[in-house]
Amino acid sequence: MKHRTFFWFILPSALAMILFIALPVVSVFIQSLHVEHEQVLRTVENCGPFGCAEETIVDREATRELREARPLGRFAGFSNYLDRNHLAITEIRGMWERSDSIADFTRRAMTLPFWRALAFTLTFTFVVTPFVLVLGLAIALGVNSLPRIFRGPTIFVSLLPMIVTPLIGSLVLYWMVDSRGVLGAFLQTVTNDPTLSLRASPTLTWIMLIVYGVWSSAPFAFIVFYAGLQTVPEEPLEAAMIDGANRWQRIRYVVIPHLMPLAIFITLMQLMDNFRVFEPIVGFQAQASATSLSYNIFNYLRGDAAQFGAAATTSMLTILGVVVLLAPVLIRTWRDFNRKGH
Amino acid sequence: MNMRLKLMACASVLAMGMSSAALADCGISSGDVSILGNDFPALQAVVAGAQECATGSVTVTTNLTRDHRDLQVAALTANPSQYSVAVVANGSIVPLMNAGLIRPLDDLIEKHGSDLLPTQMVRVEGQVMAVAFMANAQHLFYRSDVLEQAGVGAPQTLSDVLSAAEAIRSQGIMDHPVAIVSGAGWNLAQEFVNLYLGHGGSFFEPGSAAPAINNEAGIATLEALKALTGFSNPDYLTFDSNAIQALWEAGEVALMLHWGSRGAGILSGENSTPEIVASTVLAAAPTVEGQSRPATTLWWDGFTIAANTSDENAEASFLAMLNGITPERIAANSELAVWLGEGYEPTPASAGVIASAQGGAAPYPMTPYMGLMHTALGDNLAPFLQGSASAEETLATIEAAYATAARSQGFLN
Repeated sequence: MKHRTFFWFILPSALAMILFIALPVVSVFIQSLHVEHEQVLRTVENCGPFGCAEETIVDREATRELREARPLGRFAGFSNYLDRNHLAITEIRGMWERSDSIADFTRRAMTLPFWRALAFTLTFTFVVTPFVLVLGLAIALGVNSLPRIFRGPTIFVSLLPMIVTPLIGSLVLYWMVDSRGVLGAFLQTVTNDPTLSLRASPTLTWIMLIVYGVWSSAPFAFIVFYAGLQTVPEEPLEAAMIDGANRWQRIRYVVIPHLMPLAIFITLMQLMDNFRVFEPIVGFQAQASATSLSYNIFNYLRGDAAQFGAAATTSMLTILGVVVLLAPVLIRTWRDFNRKGH
Repeated sequence: MNMRLKLMACASVLAMGMSSAALADCGISSGDVSILGNDFPALQAVVAGAQECATGSVTVTTNLTRDHRDLQVAALTANPSQYSVAVVANGSIVPLMNAGLIRPLDDLIEKHGSDLLPTQMVRVEGQVMAVAFMANAQHLFYRSDVLEQAGVGAPQTLSDVLSAAEAIRSQGIMDHPVAIVSGAGWNLAQEFVNLYLGHGGSFFEPGSAAPAINNEAGIATLEALKALTGFSNPDYLTFDSNAIQALWEAGEVALMLHWGSRGAGILSGENSTPEIVASTVLAAAPTVEGQSRPATTLWWDGFTIAANTSDENAEASFLAMLNGITPERIAANSELAVWLGEGYEPTPASAGVIASAQGGAAPYPMTPYMGLMHTALGDNLAPFLQGSASAEETLATIEAAYATAARSQGFLN
């Protein structure tokens, strides 16, 4: 393709990407370098139904002038990135000095919002992704060996967890694991422990969220693998059978290599999806035991005073995290592509 | 069911208003009224009154939602604003005032507000910024039959509550006799605020935004919170107002600290048994030993008018809201709230709030940075209750989290 033709060919999508991806990211980055203006405070007398009292208020006129002069706020450089809400370098150093063991240090560090969220986010990502791959493949192989007449209904039922909106799905499970819900009561009977509560302990909450993550994402891996299974050529399978390969060996040495590109695709999607885990934390009301980076962004933006600087900083760090996570997979794909291309 | 009936009633009233425009005469010639507010029965009744003002030339739209606090600043910042009326409480008016998004109401009150009582005016620096119409507070609910069975009297103090809970548990009547609105986040922070003020604490250094909770009162508050939740169902960190009301109505708890505005619903017995309703007692919030004021905070709910709305719409909105709090309407809905306006006759459902107010409970602080403190509390109290942090560490963490937020919001340097 000539350079000129290529340029015109790519222009519409390049424009759309600049407009909808690059510019917002740049704007969020600029926001992350700012904090709010200094608030001009005054003490006045306020009166209400419960009597009068001296109260502090924000001087609206003075603050408005500051705000109109520089609507983004005060420039703060990278201080948002270094403060306690994010990388918290100073706090981490202090904690390290005060701690008497690694466990004690971890316990202290888990009070820092960014590191606490990152710990859960990474655990969730790296546990859910492999489970989704394995479970998705297992379901796909199972469905593929069913008689044709049962396949349609089975596929539909298997896809249900993905069809349900994540927030609703997690709410449904949340009520099922309640100590008076079907699953919660069942677990209490099985373990013979009437005080067992999945919602009360941080560890069980993490496990519950991870199980939910696998449950809701496995259908995606399943449907991709199932599509891939329809393209497995017959000849190598027959050849393997003639060579005396059993079912497991055929899967291990013929089917799985054939599905490898799909597995990489699913891994890529799952790493991205799981890294931005959010809905189950809201649905399970799990914020006491588990927070994620996306949940932190949500938390900064809601409530009385939206903290745009902090939210923007967490967003930038999340983007950075996704890049780091995907880098190995992307580099590998790029190498494969180059090898095939030349 | 009740809600549906109310909606139907609203709809039929609206329909009648359409057919004969003269029926609901609120004195509005024209204008657009749109109301944003929280969602509970008393507010629904007020808003239904405002909606009666709708005529051919006056539109009234409403959005009552639990998430109103998350919407209000953005919605009123728009010019013209998305809503002409924001129904707020003493906690949630602050962000609107900080940003200058609500207008003084003195001119409208002078023109139309002769029926309002002086105690309904919320004055900031002499200007009326909101008209309060009801009061609310968390207070004690207890089951007289269960306490009698356990052989304990009516609890007055926090240690009375705890020893009653211990008696109920040790006699095997209930395993988890206590419920408080202890869901991690805003709700849990509100419990801390109530108990901390009850312990005589103050949140900030005098005359500054610097935090001051890492002290004896703070530690005592955390211990009290741990003692109370120790008698709660182990799921307590996920409990919101609806969840513990359901526990009460199911007869699973005998002592509860809950919002007064829930009293009417609980006493209506709609989701409960007659035995539970008959033995439910609404009392003042408990006091802490050695302190005089009940450990709770008083809240008012009132309406404000957006600054970024035309004078015509502002006047229409003011009149429509006044029609929501007429003495007749308040008299007809007396059981729903502790109303501040003319026409209110106290009902059994208001006993707890009134007793708490008479006991001298503190109003929730209207300080501009209190919201940040509340958020910092909500985000960091759980580790202490789960046993993974000491009281001193937790208070230090909360102060550090607050200071970070206050710095980035420009309150601290």
